[in-house]
Amino acid sequence: MFRRILKSVREFKTPTIITFICMVVEAGIECVIPFITAELINQLKNPDMHISSVIIKGLELLGMAVISLSAGWIGGRTCAKASAGFAKNLRSDLFAKIQGFSFESVDKFSSASLVTRLTTDVSNAQMSYMMCNRLAIRCPLMFIFSIFMGFFMGGKLALTFVVIIPILTFGLILIAKKAMPAFRSVFRKYDKLNESIEENVRGMRVVKGFSREDYEKNKFANATDAICRDFTKAEKIVALNNPLMVICMNFNMAFVLIVGSKLIIGGGTSLDVGHMSSMLTYGMQILMSLMMLSMIYVILTISMESLRRINEVLEEKSNLTNPENPVYEIADGSVDFEGVRFKYSSEAKKYALDEINLHIPAGATVGVIGGTGSSKSTFVQLIPRLYDVTEGCVRVGGRDVREYDLDTLRQNVSMVLQKNMLFSGTITENLRWGNAEATDDEIAEAAELAQAGEFVKSFREGYDKYIEQGGANVSGGQKQRLCIARALLRKPKILILDDSTSAVDTRTDALIREGFKKYIPSTTKIIIAQRIASVQEADMIIVLDGGRISAVGKHEELLRTSDIYREVYEQQVNGKGDDGDEN
Amino acid sequence: MKTEKNVQNEMPQEKPKGRPGLDFKILARVFRMLVKSAPVMVPVIVACIIFCSICAVMPAVFQQKVIAIIEEALDNGWTWEYSKSLIIPVVLLLISFYVLNIVSQTAYRLMIATVTQGFLAKTRKEMFEKMQNLPISYFDTHKHGDIMSTYTNDIDTLRELVSQAFPQLLTSGMIVVGVFCIMLYYSIWLALIVVAGVLAMLAVSGKLGGGSAKYFIRAQKSMGKTEGFIQEMMNGQKVVKVFTHEKACVQDFDKINDALYEDNYRAHAYANTLGPIIMNIGNLLYVITATVGGVLLLAKVPNPSIQSLLNGVGLGVLTIDIVIPFLNMTKQFTGNVNQLAQQVNTIAMASAGAKRVFELMDTVPEADDGYVTLVNCEIAADGTITETDKHTGHWAWKHPHQADGTVTYTELKGDVRLTDVDFEYVPGKQVLYDVSVYAEPGQKVAFVGATGAGKTTITNLINRFYDIADGKIRYDGINVNKIKKSDLRRSLGIVLQDTNLFTGSVMDNIRYGKLDATDEECIAAAKLAGADDFITRLPGGYNTELSNNGANLSQGQRQLIAIARCAVADPPVMILDEATSSIDTRTEAIVQRGMDKLMEGRTTFVIAHRLSTVRNSDVIMVLDHGHIIERGNHEKLIAEKGTYYRLYTGAFELE
Repeated sequence: MFRRILKSVREFKTPTIITFICMVVEAGIECVIPFITAELINQLKNPDMHISSVIIKGLELLGMAVISLSAGWIGGRTCAKASAGFAKNLRSDLFAKIQGFSFESVDKFSSASLVTRLTTDVSNAQMSYMMCNRLAIRCPLMFIFSIFMGFFMGGKLALTFVVIIPILTFGLILIAKKAMPAFRSVFRKYDKLNESIEENVRGMRVVKGFSREDYEKNKFANATDAICRDFTKAEKIVALNNPLMVICMNFNMAFVLIVGSKLIIGGGTSLDVGHMSSMLTYGMQILMSLMMLSMIYVILTISMESLRRINEVLEEKSNLTNPENPVYEIADGSVDFEGVRFKYSSEAKKYALDEINLHIPAGATVGVIGGTGSSKSTFVQLIPRLYDVTEGCVRVGGRDVREYDLDTLRQNVSMVLQKNMLFSGTITENLRWGNAEATDDEIAEAAELAQAGEFVKSFREGYDKYIEQGGANVSGGQKQRLCIARALLRKPKILILDDSTSAVDTRTDALIREGFKKYIPSTTKIIIAQRIASVQEADMIIVLDGGRISAVGKHEELLRTSDIYREVYEQQVNGKGDDGDEN
Repeated sequence: MKTEKNVQNEMPQEKPKGRPGLDFKILARVFRMLVKSAPVMVPVIVACIIFCSICAVMPAVFQQKVIAIIEEALDNGWTWEYSKSLIIPVVLLLISFYVLNIVSQTAYRLMIATVTQGFLAKTRKEMFEKMQNLPISYFDTHKHGDIMSTYTNDIDTLRELVSQAFPQLLTSGMIVVGVFCIMLYYSIWLALIVVAGVLAMLAVSGKLGGGSAKYFIRAQKSMGKTEGFIQEMMNGQKVVKVFTHEKACVQDFDKINDALYEDNYRAHAYANTLGPIIMNIGNLLYVITATVGGVLLLAKVPNPSIQSLLNGVGLGVLTIDIVIPFLNMTKQFTGNVNQLAQQVNTIAMASAGAKRVFELMDTVPEADDGYVTLVNCEIAADGTITETDKHTGHWAWKHPHQADGTVTYTELKGDVRLTDVDFEYVPGKQVLYDVSVYAEPGQKVAFVGATGAGKTTITNLINRFYDIADGKIRYDGINVNKIKKSDLRRSLGIVLQDTNLFTGSVMDNIRYGKLDATDEECIAAAKLAGADDFITRLPGGYNTELSNNGANLSQGQRQLIAIARCAVADPPVMILDEATSSIDTRTEAIVQRGMDKLMEGRTTFVIAHRLSTVRNSDVIMVLDHGHIIERGNHEKLIAEKGTYYRLYTGAFELE
């Protein structure tokens, strides 16, 4: 997992390595400094001290400080660069990966969770990368250096380390082990609490509508109190870190003072007062580095969940891949379904589509009718290979869709999705999604054909009108017509409208269909609709029921033969003016 | 270490709004709240911290004593056995200090955990309670994401503040003061050098800290922008694929992503270099102190110090046993100044966070001057109404009259009348003009019109989510302003287009309408709403757990549960705002029978886009830009051949 995620470091390997080097230098110097201070102190202590020798030592120390400062400065910046860059690459990799996802993968992850992975999770990864970069090398180095220097300088005094290191290590591990599960469970509860707050914020009308304010307050107070209890427990465990540290520090101090003075006064060692005070510094450094190591451990464990979620996206294998020798030419817009069965996941018991056999000639107009859950959308989504069939095959222009280059196929099979969307940008920009090179005339032409020209011209800015995110500032019917225009700009061989005129009035709807007949006669048009009126004149109407083809034929024919079709028709004629499903 | 930690916290917390800075008024308010939440523990903690800080300062004194003894021993050639008797008591005293320190340190750390969490829980509860009492307009005018972030990010900044920054501030502050006192005690000259160094550190950290804050704000803005782009693209992912627009998207994203990287890098670069700079100024200070100390030692310059003043021995000279601990104190001093500098960011973030928390808490809650309440009653044969505690199935409005102290009872029937109602959400932008609607008990009244015509607004006024500007709304003849809001809303059942379900089982969700409903009542309601059929086919039936607003159900199924939730409440008046919009026509036809039965005997307001839903209404109101332009039943409106007729024949498009 780490290896895959770390691949995203790429061009930021150099700053990462520089950071490492700087940290090594900084750690090294930080360990040498007490040594020099000891010398300095001894110089001061020397009865025949010369101020020049004090100054020399001072200058040495100063030099060290300058190097340490430069290393710290450079390391700090390269570390910032490396971690920000790593995050950038990771985000970019994730984004690119998602662009390559099949519909199946998009469904699997859900857009909300993908957003979290790209934002919060990457930020967490960036933070842990920065931590590791600066501390993961530095702390163990400091630890080893300090022990080494301690023994080198302090001799027997360094025995103090033999006592404090195991105590602290053992203590820290114990605390981390106890605290981690406690924290994890708190965080889970915390997430739940936030979910329930969100529910309340979003559903405030329901809460107030039922006068449930007090009920919600009670529920919330209980949840909060539970978290408070657990959190306090968890934090109390971690709070022990500090006294533990202080115990070790104090032991070190007392030990060094007693044993140190004994050794010095007793004579027979090279130990002196200066060394003694440096031993205190080394002890401190050892303790600090242990402490930080335990902190790295905790933070890594917490961000592990984020890393796992990022990795999940990176590892997702698209089962929709381009064939090895793709076909780049599509003969015509004919469509064949041969023994097609389809289910959304291999675990699903029921097939969403079953036993679909059908031939649609090029240039035909086909209507698709069926209730919610009859798999109308699924049926058409197999044509541009948004999903792959589970069994059987779908042919376009006489060839299996899996033989075509994906881009070529989707260029030629243009689809207006039921859950359609415009993006923030001008109308022209949005329409150019259909064809990046389209001229202004072509855009206007497509808009006219989709019956969008009139209302676009009524906007003060015309085609330069800015569409807000999600198309919030145009009406549902206008949005649908712009989406149709966008799809038309592709000049597709097959055009699929998935319930794309539900919010458009019947007259305009008819005009759009008339335009299709007149201007794009050779394009195969597949129209899913709730309104019978939208499909009535089609060359062929397919009635789907529970994922199977219930009937195929022309309007009059189906009125006679298909119960479902007749039922829908009668209901709409009697209860006329039905605006259909509007979502 | 601190640097990393702060930086990590800054990312999600920093908001582009407002300059980061220390707002002492807000911090003082936080502190007051903190003290109030734990009036005993907070002073105890403060006392402990002060005590511990003194303990932390003491070793320097003991070290000086021990070194002095050693020097003396070396000079006079004492044996260890002799010196031992001098040194051991000092060390023992030191150890007893240590023991006290550890005890009080452990105690206060544990107390901080308790106090912090108690404080956070209290704040959260208070926020939530205040929020529940806010008017709907607050939720309509504030982004839900922003409200949420107050609960998550802003509360987190408070946690940092209370559990870390405050104690650290006190500890480091005390240590700095303490060390400084001891320094003065030993040597005023050397202390002055340290003061100069600290001033330099403060200047640098102020400058760098400001720079890092500036870039963190920029980084936060870029992050917001990137997030917006990601959100839009993830939601439109399928459209992107259908139009093979993937490459263009990646290119656009890379541009935004690069800008984010740039700001991110700069912000962290500043923050990361602050630590090394301060620490090395510390090293510099150390060298200067040592050198000056050496010069002073050599030159035997008089050493003014509090010690000498106290002892009255006149100005002594500097000795080595003072210089060595002094050097250690220099380190301690700079270390703590560094700690203080690192806290500044946390405190700035917290004061910004606390500001938003207080903004939420200080928002004026929904006013409720209603005094007419809804009570259970018994109705005698002659029509007299008597109040009772029992659940009788009959309800009455209890109307106390202040003028003469009498109480009258009016039977709850569900007669709703709006007379000449004007309304505006924002001053100057009127949305309803002279709207009059009379709904007699049991009638079905429908509103038809384009988005923004004011249909939903009318229902918002009936249940007083908003208050009218002019005109009158009467419920069973009583002005709705006189009715207690919770009782008014209890008598109205609402089903909205955007269904909101809560985490819990299907059964719990239905029971939300009437908390003491039995399982049988809930199931009966579900049957009435036509939801029973699909619920029983769910894997867990009525016990199926819903989460994330019922994400595992279709929109239509969610609407059916919402209708059942309303049905179980059994309200005399119902408002169905696009309640069946996501149920396909065939299913709706099946559900229709149940719906008709549900509406039987209830006053119902129906808003629907789909005209088949409203056809059998007693009255249909066609709204246009806040005016009622047509009213009458289906046949009448068709005969009039007006807007309704054109809508109905499909010659005119809604929305």
